[in-house]
Amino acid sequence: SSGINAEYGDSINALPSRFSAMVSFKRLVQPGRIVFISSGKYAKKIAMIVEIVDQNRVIVDGPFTGVPRHQCGIKQIQLTKLVFQLPHGSKTIVVEKVWNKNAVTAKWNDTVWARKLERKRLRASMSDFDRFKVMIARQTRNRILQTFKISKMAGVRKMYKRPVKN
Amino acid sequence: KEVALTKTKTVAGEKNGGTRTVPVQKSPRFYPTEDCKTPLKNRRVAKPTKLRGSIVPGSVVILLAGSHRGKRVVVLKQLPSGLLLVTGPYKINGVPLRRVDQTYVIATSTKVELPALPAIGDEIFKRKGKPTKNEKEMFVDNAGDNSYKISAEKVALQKEIDALVVPAVKKVDMLQSYLRSRFTLTKGQFPHEMKF
Repeated sequence: SSGINAEYGDSINALPSRFSAMVSFKRLVQPGRIVFISSGKYAKKIAMIVEIVDQNRVIVDGPFTGVPRHQCGIKQIQLTKLVFQLPHGSKTIVVEKVWNKNAVTAKWNDTVWARKLERKRLRASMSDFDRFKVMIARQTRNRILQTFKISKMAGVRKMYKRPVKN
Repeated sequence: KEVALTKTKTVAGEKNGGTRTVPVQKSPRFYPTEDCKTPLKNRRVAKPTKLRGSIVPGSVVILLAGSHRGKRVVVLKQLPSGLLLVTGPYKINGVPLRRVDQTYVIATSTKVELPALPAIGDEIFKRKGKPTKNEKEMFVDNAGDNSYKISAEKVALQKEIDALVVPAVKKVDMLQSYLRSRFTLTKGQFPHEMKF
């Protein structure tokens, strides 16, 4: 929990990880947690947990990501490492305030997860011509690298060449 | 407009009355005992083949069958027969002016801006029929030269069209080398998941 506090300030909810059983869990279902909705109508979008209904359900709200405030099954969401201070049951206006104050979208886009999703999306949207251009670019790059490596290898080989016995 | 049902005809012979009124259309000599239904007239008109929305004059297309399978070619237009008129261009990948059915083709989203091209129809692609066997020539060695030879007219037309299409291709960066290459599938590539 100290890691999260260091990144996002100490005004974080007191995490119950002080209990030994919970220590292994780093990401908790808690108001203010940014989640990635993996399936359903709002799949592949992020939202903030606003309220916990029960063991299996949460209320989730993503005002700037096109996710309306609604009840979501916990099995449909995946917890991200981003969590912010949010009073439970907050209205959407409050969620918007917290979202803007903490620049949530920018922080999410910085994460490796978001970058991977973007890369996947770009790769899938390539046309046949784009794929050809990428292939040529990779080829050119690898050839440059290979010639550099070979030129370096020659020097290394010289270093370890056995002296000729007379 | 009133159509006359009868007409008068002059009749030879003194005792035959000179003229006779005769129906214009004679009733048939034989007719079936029972009325049989006549089939309805076939008024079907062949519609021109609907071209896929993704195929447009100038679009680059991947050939899927034939000796040029896998090659990327430029579509020039749709011929009146419904087939696509396609060219490599010949200078770039060896595909001549050719007719191709749109079902044997994957349309890519890449498009080339083509200038105005000369009019081409299906006629130049029509092949001469095989010589019919003649009884007299049955025992004559008629091997002859039945292989297909490209007409000079086609070669000239190809040059003319290449001169128009190749500069349009060269305008786009890397498009020429793209048309020179062939389309292949590698591991992990599934055509139904790929965007062209």
